[in-house]
Formats: sequence, C-alpha cells, structure tokens
Amino acid sequence: MALKIVKGSIDRMFDKNLQDLVRGIRNHKEDEAKYISTCIDEIKQELKQDNIAVKSNAVCKLTYLQMLGYDVSWAAFNIVEVMSSSKFTYKRIGYLAASQCFHESTDVIMLTTNQIRKDLSSPNQYDTGVALTGLSCFVTPDLARDLANDIMTLMSHTKPYIRKKAVLIMYKVFLKYPESLRPAFPRMKEKLEDPDPGVQSAAVNVICELARRNPKNYLSLAPLFFKLMTSSTNNWVLIKIIKLFGALTPLEPRLGKKLIEPLTNLIHSTSAMSLLYECVNTVIAVLISLSSGMPNHSASIQLCVQKLRILIEDSDQNLKYLGLLAMSKILKTHPKSVQSHKDLILQCLDDKDESIRLRALDLLYGMVSKKNLMEIVKKLMLHVDKAEGTTYRDELLTKIIDICSQSNYQYITNFEWYISILVELTRLEGTRHGHLIASQMLDVAIRVKAIRAFAVAQMATLLDNAHLLTGNTQHNGICEVLYAAAWICGEFSEHLEDPMATLEAMLRPKVATLPGHIQAVYVQNAAKLFSTVLRGQEGAPADSKVAQETSQLLIDRLPVFVQSANLEVQERASCILQLVKYIQKLQQKDVEVAEEVTALFAGELNPVAPKAQKKVPVPEGLDLDAWINEPPSGSESEDEGRKTKTKGKAVFAKEESRHTKPRYTEVDEKELAKRREVRKAEQANNPFYIKASPSSQKVYQEAVGVEHIPVVQIDLSVPLKVPGMPMSDQYVKQEEERREKNKADRKKKDKKKRREKGRQRRGDSGPESEEDITPAHMVDIVTEEMPENALPSDDDDKDPNDPHKALNIDLDKPLADSEKKLPVRTHRPDEGLKSPVEDGEGLEVASEPKKKSGKEKKDKERKKGKEKKKKKKHKQEEGDNLIEAGSEEPAQSEVTNDVAAQPPTSTPEEAAAVADPPPPASSPEAASGVAAVVPDSEPEETKSSKHKKKKQKKEEKDKKKKKHQHHHHHSDGAGDESVQNGTVEEEEPLPPMSNYALLAENSYIKMVCDIQGNLHDGSQVVVSVIFENKCDSFIKSMEFNVMDSLNSKLQRPEGAGPHDSLTVPFQLPPGISNEARFIFSMQSIVMPQKLKGTLTFIVKVSWSCSPQSTHIPHYPNQIEVYLSRVPNTTGVDL
Amino acid sequence: MIKAILIFNNHGKPRLSKFYEHYNEDTEQQIIRETFHLVSKRDENVCNFLEGGMLIGGSENRLIYRHYATLYFVFCVDSSESELGILDLIQVFVETLDKCFENVCELDLIFHVDKVHNILAEMVMGGMVLETNMNEIIIQVDAQNKMEKSETFIFQSPRQDR
Repeated sequence: MALKIVKGSIDRMFDKNLQDLVRGIRNHKEDEAKYISTCIDEIKQELKQDNIAVKSNAVCKLTYLQMLGYDVSWAAFNIVEVMSSSKFTYKRIGYLAASQCFHESTDVIMLTTNQIRKDLSSPNQYDTGVALTGLSCFVTPDLARDLANDIMTLMSHTKPYIRKKAVLIMYKVFLKYPESLRPAFPRMKEKLEDPDPGVQSAAVNVICELARRNPKNYLSLAPLFFKLMTSSTNNWVLIKIIKLFGALTPLEPRLGKKLIEPLTNLIHSTSAMSLLYECVNTVIAVLISLSSGMPNHSASIQLCVQKLRILIEDSDQNLKYLGLLAMSKILKTHPKSVQSHKDLILQCLDDKDESIRLRALDLLYGMVSKKNLMEIVKKLMLHVDKAEGTTYRDELLTKIIDICSQSNYQYITNFEWYISILVELTRLEGTRHGHLIASQMLDVAIRVKAIRAFAVAQMATLLDNAHLLTGNTQHNGICEVLYAAAWICGEFSEHLEDPMATLEAMLRPKVATLPGHIQAVYVQNAAKLFSTVLRGQEGAPADSKVAQETSQLLIDRLPVFVQSANLEVQERASCILQLVKYIQKLQQKDVEVAEEVTALFAGELNPVAPKAQKKVPVPEGLDLDAWINEPPSGSESEDEGRKTKTKGKAVFAKEESRHTKPRYTEVDEKELAKRREVRKAEQANNPFYIKASPSSQKVYQEAVGVEHIPVVQIDLSVPLKVPGMPMSDQYVKQEEERREKNKADRKKKDKKKRREKGRQRRGDSGPESEEDITPAHMVDIVTEEMPENALPSDDDDKDPNDPHKALNIDLDKPLADSEKKLPVRTHRPDEGLKSPVEDGEGLEVASEPKKKSGKEKKDKERKKGKEKKKKKKHKQEEGDNLIEAGSEEPAQSEVTNDVAAQPPTSTPEEAAAVADPPPPASSPEAASGVAAVVPDSEPEETKSSKHKKKKQKKEEKDKKKKKHQHHHHHSDGAGDESVQNGTVEEEEPLPPMSNYALLAENSYIKMVCDIQGNLHDGSQVVVSVIFENKCDSFIKSMEFNVMDSLNSKLQRPEGAGPHDSLTVPFQLPPGISNEARFIFSMQSIVMPQKLKGTLTFIVKVSWSCSPQSTHIPHYPNQIEVYLSRVPNTTGVDL
Repeated sequence: MIKAILIFNNHGKPRLSKFYEHYNEDTEQQIIRETFHLVSKRDENVCNFLEGGMLIGGSENRLIYRHYATLYFVFCVDSSESELGILDLIQVFVETLDKCFENVCELDLIFHVDKVHNILAEMVMGGMVLETNMNEIIIQVDAQNKMEKSETFIFQSPRQDR
C-alpha cells in the first residue's frame, strides 16, 4: 500500500516537465516562493534517480529557476552527468545549464575536461557545436590550456559550422591562456581568408576584439584588412573592419591617408546607415590622427559633418542620437566645422528625448567660445526655466556651470555677468546643486580679484534676502549658497558698502534655522565683519558710540548661537562672544582696539590647486612610509587619516586653506609679494581691466528698475534690490557694447596693416576671431596655486587587472620551433619554491636571443625559466649540479641571458631534466587505485635537420643534450662539459641504479620510472615504469594512459584511437613488481614537459578483507593524477 | 563584445537572461531589475540607446534595446559593437523567433525558454556575434531539433530510456 503511494508520487514527479513547472509557478502567484521550494525538493528527488531522462528534465527545470534568481550551483555535479550523456538531447540540456551557472570557481569543471574533449572530437557536428557553445561561457584557464590544442584542430574542420565556432571560441581561450596566442595566431590569420563568409566573419570578429586592446601588435595585418574592406560585401564584417581601422590609425598615420579614399567612397555609396555611421566615425578618427592642415582633408571633414547633419535631422531618434555622438568627436579637433551647426544643436535641446538633449548639451560644452558663451548660456537659462523635471534641470544647471568654468574660465570675458548668472541660478527651486553654485561663487571671488567688490555687493544682497532662499523651499540644497555668500562678505568685507547692515543681516534670529555648518560660517564671518566695522568707525573718532553699539549688537545676538546644538557653532560663538565682551570693556575705556581686532583676520588667502598637495616633491632622504615614532595603536592613526580625508573631500576648502596659508606665506612670502606686485602692475596697465569702483556698482544697482523684477518670487515688502533675471541680460548688452568699442578701436589701428596684407585677412563683416576678445577680468593663473618645484606628471590610470594586458604579445616575430605548438603550462605552479641560484635556463627556447629581443619574449622566457626552476629545485640528485652551474656563472640574471651564458647552464639543466623528480601521489582514503603519471620527457635526441639553420652554439648545445640523454655518466672531449659531468658523478649521492624516480604511489600500487632516449629513433623516448603491488590483493587489468600534449605522444598500437589507453601486459600478485615500457614520440626537445596520465586497474578484493564490498567482487578504480614535478602540487581526484 | 542579453516583459518579469560574464544570482536579478527600470520609463518614440552601463562592467558599456509588444529585448554591449548593427541583430533575433515559433508571442518564450536559448546560441556565442544570416540560423536550429526528435523516436518514452 505504502509502496503504491510512493510509486504514484514518483510517477507524477516524472510528469512534471519545464512547461508544467512554468504553469505551476504562474498558478501560484501568491505563494510563488513556497511553490518553487517544493519544486526544488522534487527536483532533488529526480536528480537522485539513475534515469538520465529524468535527470536531464530536472536540470532543464533548474536552468529555468536559475533565471528566476535561484542558486542552483548545488546541482553542478548532476549537470556534468547530463552533459556527458551520449544523447544529443540531454547533452544540449546539460551544456545549456552549465553555460548558465558554471564559472571559474565551480570545482566540478575540472571533471569535464575529458568529456568536453570527447565531444569536441565527436563525429556529430552538433555535439561539437553544443560543446563549443557551452565552453565559450565557462572556459577556465585550466580548460583553456588542456583543450587549446583540440580547439585549434577544429579551426581547420571540414564543416564551416564547426570552424566558425572554433575560431570564435579561440578568443576566450586566448584570454584565459595567453600563451596560446602566438602559436594559434597564424591559423587565425588564415581564417581571415576562409572561403566561408561565416568563418571569415568570426575571424574578423576575434582579431578585431584582440586588436582593440593592443592595436600596435596588429598593425601588420592592415594590408590584409584593407583588401578585405575593399572586397567584402558583408556589412557586419565591414563594420568590424572599419571599427578596427579606427583603432589602428592613431598608431600609423600613413594608414589613415590610405583609408580616406575608400572610406569616402563607401560613405557615398552605401545605403546602410550602420555602415555609413561607422565610416564617418573612422574618418573622424583618421582625421584626428592626421596632423591637421592638410588642405584636401577639409573636404572630408565637410563631408562627415554634412552626413552627420543629415543623421541629426532625420526623424529617427536613433540616428539623431548617433549623429550628435559622432559630432562631439569632430568637435574635439575641428570645432569650427561643428560650430556652424549650432542652430541644429540648439534645436536638439528642445527634443522630447532626454538622451538626445543630454548629447546636445555635451556638444554645447565644446562649442562655446568667448564670443558665443553669453548667447549660449542665455539660451540654456531659458531652458532651465522651462524644464520641469528636476533631473534634467539639474543636469542643465551643472552643464551651465561646466561650460562657464571650463579650462579656468577661459571663455568668460565678463565676470560680473557670470556672478549674476550664478545668483540667478540660486532662484531654482529644489535643486540639489546648491553646493556647486556656492563653490563657483567662492572660486570666482577668490581667484578673480577684480570682481570681489561686485561679488561682495551681490552676496550682501543675497544675505539680506536669505529668507527667499530658505523660505521658499524645504530643500536645503540651495542654502549652501548662503555659506559662500557669508564667507565672501566676511573675507572681503573691506569692499562692503555698508558692513553694518550686512552684519545685522547675518545675525538675524532666523539664521539659527540654517544647517549647522552654514551657521558656523555665519558666526565666524560676523566676527570678521565686526572687525571691519570697528576699523571703519575708529577712523572717525566721533563715531565711537556706533562702534560700541555694534559690539552690543553682537553681544545681544550671539547667545542664540552659543545655545546651538551644533558643536562647531557653539564653540565659535562662545569664543567670539567672550572676545567681543572683552573688546566692549576696552571700548568703554576708550582704548583703540580696531587694529588688534583686524589683526585676528589679517593675511590673504590664496587658492590652492586641487592637485597641489600631490605635486609637492618629496625631499631627498625623506621616507614617508617610515614611522617617526613607535607605531601607536591602530585606531588612533586611522582616525586621523579619516579626518584629513574628509577634509580633503569637503567642497569648501576654506578651513584647509586657513591652515595652509600661514605656512605658505612663511615659506616664500617674498616671492609671493613680488608676484603680487607684478600682477598689480599688469592690471594697472591693462586697459580692459575694470577697476572696482563704487560708482560702477551703483550703475548696476540703479539699472535694476521695478519692471525688471520677477513678480512671483519676491515678497514686495522687501527692498527691491534683488537681482532678477534681467541682470545677466544686461551684461550681455554691455559686453556687446564693450566689444564693439574695442573692435572699433582695433579697426582703426589695423586699417593700415590690413591694407598691406590685402585680401588675406577676413573681411570686416566676418566674425570676430577668438583672440580679439579680451576678457574684462583676469583669472589668477593656476601655476601660482601649485607648490614650488611641482613635478608635471601624468596619472597613469590603466587598470592593472585588465585581462587583456596579458595578450599584449608581439605576433609579427616568426615563431621559434618550440613555439609552433602550444606550450603546456605547469599545473598549479608553486610560487614559493624559487631558488635564486639557478637562472638563465629557459634560454634553450630562445636559441637566438639577440634576434628576439622583444619584451614579451623576455617575459615569456622568464616565465618558462621560473617553471623550470621550480621543477629543478626538487631534483635532489641534481642539486649539486645546479649549484655548481650557478657558481660558474654568478653574474647571470634572468632577463639578461645571452648566448654566451648558455652552455654552462644548459648543460646541468639538461641533466636535471633527464632524471625525474619524485612526485608522490597523495592517496585519498577512498581511492583504491593508483595514480599513474608520466614524467617529463624533454631531452631526447635532436633532429639535427630541424636545427641546421641555427647557430653553431645551438648545435653544440644539442650535442651536449644528446650526450646527457644517455645518462649523465659519460664524458667526452668537450672541455667544460666533461668537467661538469665529472662532478656530477663524483657528487652524486645516490647509487647509479637509482635513476628510477618515484612517479606515483598509493596504498595499492607504487610506480617508479626512468626515461631514456631511444637509440634507434631520435624522436622517441622510452619510459620504463616499474609497477609494484603494495597491497595484499591481486591487481589486474591495468590500463595506462597519458594525455598527449603538443609535444609528445604516447605511442599506441595501430588502430587505437588517440585517447585509448594501453594495457599493461601483466598482472601483479601481492608484493610483486614488474616493469613495463612505454614509448613516447617527441616533437621538440627544447621544452620541458609535464604530462598527465592515469592508470586504471582493478583490485581483486578478498571477501575477508573488505566485507562491505561483498557484492562487488571487482571494482574498477580510476584516479586522475595531475602530475607535476613539484611534490606538493600533486592533486589527486577521483 | 556583448556582455549580456536580457528579455523581460512590460512588468519586468525575466523571460530570458544570458550573461556572458559571471555574476551571482542576486546580482543578476538586480541587473535585470535596474535595467527594467531604466528602459521601462522611456517613451516609445525616443532613441534605443542608453548609457546606463554602470550595471555591468564600466562606463563604456551601453544598453541597446527594442520594445516589441509586451517584451523588451535588451543587449548590453561595449564600445566594440556598432549600435545600429546590434539593433539589426535584435531584429534578426526576433524574426528568427517568429519563424521558429510561428508567430511568436510572449507565451512561447515563457514556456520554451530552453528553445530560445538554443536559437540564441546559434546567433551569439560567448558574447560574440556568430551568425547574422537568419536562414543559416534557422537551418542549424531545425537540424538540431530534427536530431532531438529522432532520438526521442528511437527511445519512445524517455522514462524507459536508460
């Protein structure tokens, strides 16, 4: 009965496929999570079944759940199972699931290597295709290394369907395993001319992707791409190639010149907008890279701009957007050609699409000049009024400020106008950018000295009307402006018309509702104002009563701030309150205090460039990282660090500049004074420098008539001094007049000159050129804001983690013999085991190091060298040998190996390579099988023909190797060599028979091996392996297999597949050992090899020994051993 | 490179997600949500590009999307892809789906997300465009489906299959 129920539920479970799951989820909208968790339980049950159909159905459902955000990594092993199904249907499900949820840290991925290899070589092209697609999503460095060779073979597959996939996936392989790039590249290049357009397109795709990151290595392919560009009709390929050329041209201007013509032809002929657009883009890139001034290129620019105009005018928003995007690229180098389309761009500001408006704004940023800045900003101000949505309006606001402040206010000719623009911007309700406006106000007031009087007047008005800013909105954003206003009024109070009135305004009770940091500035600057008032009044001694009244005002009002909850405000207020009380006492005694009070705030503030701190050169002998005292407890120093950090980040650097100022003046006060004098003289001589005079201020203020005042915002009970919208317009007019006048003056002067020059100059009606407009105010030069001896430096902001860095490999150098095949990387190299003694090997690879002097090459060599070193280190027999070699050539360094240094070092190294390191195979408890391994096999006899062309030295070396091959015992004529061999023998601590090195060992079996060259065939190596049965059971059916590497192949009987294993021709009774020989054929002798192999065997378990396994009298064991010469890197996995 | 391909409906329900860089499930969901928020608030007649690429990778990424009836097709790409090219690719993708499902609608995508993945795999592989020719894509997809059918024919019911 119970069984029936179980059976029934299992049946139902089987029935639920993906569609049922989806339907179920849709039917359980209220308790979706609960439903899904029951589904996952069911899936877990299904995964326990043996039936692969059920399993794959479960995996399919998991893939869907993964998309909904459920972690399914727990089922990774089941996914691998489904992947390895022989049926395409299930395999595809498995690979899809794997591609969705496997990643580099998924540990079961290492189990898939063989399965994927099998699928890649499957006769069914779709098995291969599915494997490639899956692999492209989850390839890891290990997989890339192990499968690179198989994939490379697939690049020449007969079916284009496989070829194109193989070509594409190579990009991923390169990324994960950069060493494969050089060997694989020639074939990749061939594929550019593949008869199948799909394969061709894939190859173009891969090379473009590679070249984009490291363009200089691919310049040599330019002719080939040029040919493709003129012959191909596939728009996708064309677009990719044209984009690639865009990346290449900056490196090779000659290429650019060649490109212009075909590209312009394409622009004229193509009907595809995408192609047209990319052509225009690349032409722009070409023109940017070419030095300007070539007459015939102005035509190309015109063509581009004209085409872009068509795009922008198109009704398709996408084209419009892209047109603006490309236009901004032209703008950087050819601003004039873009500026003529200003109308169009301004029109785009009215577009309903925000992205287009933002693009247009970007363009405006680059389009402004001294001449049109006011006009453009005026237009933007209109948009600010219209823009309802705060985000876009905020964007506009920042853009206005960006545009005006770019490159040190380069385009601002009239700062009075700019200040009034800033003041107008404070009228924006609810903007977030109060601090931005404030910092601009501060910046301008500090750096443009001539504007201070005007700025102070404006700020005083602002302070007076503070309730308009704070009253209208609850958003505090705009209050920040008051911070700037208060500070400017205080700091430059000598320019104030009526400091008393401002002081009064700053001490109104309502101020206490402002944010704390603003109140603090209010309090501090009230003190500054107080000192100004005192000074002003003590000048006229009759008014000492007024001075006392001022003190009384402060004493009356300050207590509000003393009670403030904000510490900063409280502290400053109480400090100043006490001070004022003291002053009042002195005043009552008729003591003159003004001078002393002023001295509190004496000294000038100088702006400091944002990077100034960074640029202070470190004095010689000063180590900034060294502790001055014993390191204090961690928290303290951290606190301090944080403090300075936040200070540095503060928008208003006032406090900071206060601190730095005295030091600054101390250091070079003289220098500063000198500069100041120079500047003053300069300003005095500048006819356009408007000196701040009270009269000019009055003019502006009077000009603000009642009719100009915006009706809405202003409370009419307030004095009508609020600068409203018309203010800035007025400056525009003034500015125009000023320019007209200047122009007229200049014209008179120029007339004579012009006559001489004749037609070369533009006509009178032509637009003013940039340099004709002189700014009305000077901006302090930035250099003054830099410390002495500041070092000009470019910040290198390249990402050190960019995976593409590793692919910066020179591909033009001919491949060395050793490189023709993919190198095999060490498995899990152990970094800790480097020895400083040995170096300079790895050089075998570079048989002609002088020719291959490329940096990458060296790096590569070094890498290889390291690998070898690690290996070598563990060969104890050779240890002495190596040390000896090291002592012979002590001066050698890793990088600077040269041929001369080679012979002595390479010799012992070869010797080292012959004898194998003993890699102990760790045996997992559960494992009953043994790991088998084939050690490296580098040295074998040289194919002398291969090396004929190489230098004499190389040949010598090869000879030596040969000799060593046959056991480092024999010596022959070659001088240094024989000596070495001699030492080897003498110092060899082991008996001669111990050439057998331990290969692998576990509780059942032990393997030792020896490697010898084959005397009859120079390209073969014989590996003798002794198998020893360590357990007390019978071991049989041993199968030995070694994965072929690029360089070496296990010789198999005829008819056997490339992955079949060899049967060991004997069985092992307990305690018995026997030897078997395996032959490997070698491609190259110059590379050390690490081979990975497996030994599968069956242990006959006696009944008494393992009672648990009674039902399985025989069980196969398979252990995969990742063999490496480094003992502790050997990993064993079931 | 294409960084991710997302399909979701007007309510932000994911119908297909394919990330060519690895993110954990939570991040993936967040990316889908944020992308939906960015895309869904845009009017119909505005451009199809968005510089909201901060979600995936860096600022050089862009979102290129198309809106068909109830579904948004969003591709997140870097600067090596042509904007208009990707728009065409989305069109090819949708037309291919239309052919394979015969008048595709959202329900097809809901119930056969695996098939959609298989079709996509013939177009884009590992973030790189594999094939843009619709006929070629359909030929390969059909051939694989035929193989699948022949297998189920031989083994009749998958339940008895071992």
